[in-house]
Amino acid sequence: MELIYLLFILVLSVFLGFALISRVPPLLHTPLMSEANAICGIIVVGALIAAGAEANSTLTVILGTSAVALATFNVVGGYLVTERMLKMFKKKDTTK
Amino acid sequence: MNIEFLANFVYIISSILFAFGLKFLGSPVSARKGNILSASGMLLAVLATLASGHIINFQWILIGIIIGAGLGALVAFKAAMTQMPEMIALLHGCGALASVFVDWTAYAVHGAGDLTNTITLYLSIVIGGLTFTGSGIAWGKLSERLPGKPVLFAGQRLVNTGLIASILILGALFILNPSQYNVFLVILVLSLFFGIFLVIPIGGADMPVVISVLNSYSGVVACTTGFVIHNTLLIVVGSIVGANGIILSIIMCKAMNRSITNVLFGSFGAVVKKQGSGEKKEAKAISVEDAFLILENAKSVVIIPGYGLAVAQAQHAVRELGEFLEKNGCDVKYAIHPVAGRMPGHMNVLLAEANISYDQLMEMDAINPLMENTDVTIIIGANDVVNPAARHDKSSPIYGMPIINADKAKTVFVLKRSMATGFAGIENELFYYENTRMIFGDAKQTVQALVAEFKSSHL
Repeated sequence: MELIYLLFILVLSVFLGFALISRVPPLLHTPLMSEANAICGIIVVGALIAAGAEANSTLTVILGTSAVALATFNVVGGYLVTERMLKMFKKKDTTK
Repeated sequence: MNIEFLANFVYIISSILFAFGLKFLGSPVSARKGNILSASGMLLAVLATLASGHIINFQWILIGIIIGAGLGALVAFKAAMTQMPEMIALLHGCGALASVFVDWTAYAVHGAGDLTNTITLYLSIVIGGLTFTGSGIAWGKLSERLPGKPVLFAGQRLVNTGLIASILILGALFILNPSQYNVFLVILVLSLFFGIFLVIPIGGADMPVVISVLNSYSGVVACTTGFVIHNTLLIVVGSIVGANGIILSIIMCKAMNRSITNVLFGSFGAVVKKQGSGEKKEAKAISVEDAFLILENAKSVVIIPGYGLAVAQAQHAVRELGEFLEKNGCDVKYAIHPVAGRMPGHMNVLLAEANISYDQLMEMDAINPLMENTDVTIIIGANDVVNPAARHDKSSPIYGMPIINADKAKTVFVLKRSMATGFAGIENELFYYENTRMIFGDAKQTVQALVAEFKSSHL
C-alpha cells in the first residue's frame, strides 16, 4: 500500500517539475542547472540518517560519513555557485 | 511518532520552498530570491532530519559536514565562469556517489527488504554508479584533463553489450536472492565501468547534452534512493530534478537537430564527410579601419558570440565595443544560440560576467525576425550556428539545424583566425556571401583594435 502512495507522489512531482522548469528562460539555464543540482543534494537527508544511526560496523560509518561529506559538498557548492552566477545578471544602470 | 510526524511536516515546507525557488528562476529579477528560498528549504530539511530522532551519533555527521561544506565553498568561489560546466559535472558526480553510499548503508544495515525495495535498490545503485563515473569522465573532458575527442576502439559495441547483459543478469539474480552481498558489489562495480564506457565515445562538442542527461540521472538516483529509504522528500526533489534534466536535454538536442540516441550512442565523427567543393570561392577580407567606418555609420548591430569568444577571453573587450557603439546612437543586441557554450545557457553567464545587461541578450527565435533590419552583424567565435547551409543544403550534415540568420543583415563581419572549418568540419558558405567581410586575426585583438578606433575618433 505504501508503494502506491510513493508512486503517487512521484508522478505528481514529475508534473510539477515540468510545469516549473518549462517557464525558466534560456537566459538562466545554467543557474537553473546548478540550482537543480544543489537541491539534488537533498540526498544529504538520507546521508545524515545513514551516518547518524547507531554504528553497526566500520563500513557503515565510513560510508555514512563519506555520504554526508559528498552530499554537503553538492549542496554548498551548488547553492554558492548559483548565487555567484545570479549576482552577475544585471540590467543596465539607468541612473548613469 | 510525534516528532517524526513533525519532521515530515517540515519536509512539506521544504518542498514548497524548493518549488518556489525554481518558480522565481523564471526571471532574472527574482532569481536570487529564489536561490535563497531554496537554500533555506534545504537547511530546514537538514535540521528536521537531525531532530527527527533517527540520529544517535553526531560526531561523524559533524566531520562530514565540515569537510563537505569547506570543500564545496572553496570550489564554488574558485571556479571561473568558463569552468562552470565541469564544476556542475563534478557536483553531479558527488551527489550520485553520496546516493550510492546511502543505498549501500541501507543494504548493509537493513538488508534489501521486500521485492519492490530490492528492485529500487538495484536500480538505484546501477544508475547511481554510472552517473558517478559518467560525470567523472564528463568532468575530465570538460576540464581538458582527458581528450575531448570521442574515444573509440574496436569491439566497443561488444564490451557495452556485455556490460549491459551482465548488469541485467546479475540484477535478476540479485532480485531473486537479495542476500548475496557479492552480487551486490559486482553490480556496483560493473555500473561504474558502464558509466565510463557510456561517456568516453561522446565528443566534447556534445557535452551540453551529456551534462543535461547526467543532471536528469542524478535526479532519478535521488528519487530511487528515496524509495530505498522511504523518504518522500527525496522522491519529490528527485523527480523535479529528473524532469529538469529531460527538458534541458530535449532543448539541446533540438538546437543541434539531432535525436538524443544519436548524441549518446552514435559518434558524430562518423557523419562528417568531405563536401563536394566545386569552384574555389573567394572570401572578402576587410581591414579593421574599414570595418570601423562601417560600424560608425551603423544604426543597429547584432553581435553573435560563440564559445571561441570565451576561449579568447574577449567578453570584456566586446562589452567595451558595445558601449562605444551605443554611445554612437547604435542599437546593440547579442544573439545567443542555444548551444553556444559548453552547457545550456553558458554563453549568457559568460556575457553577464562581462557586465553586459541581460536585456540585450536575445534568444535565437527572438532575434531572427529582426535580422533583416539589422545593419551589421559581428560573428565572434561562432561558426556552424550561423551557416545558412542548415536552411537549404540538404546534403549538409547540419541541414535542419536551427540557426541565427546572420546572413540576412546588410553587412556581416566574421572575426576569425583563418578559413579553417568549425568542429563539425563543415565549410561555411556564409563566408563567401556578397555581404560578408572577414576580419582575420585573434578575436580579442581585433575587438580591441576596433575599440581603439572608436576611442581615437571620439576624443
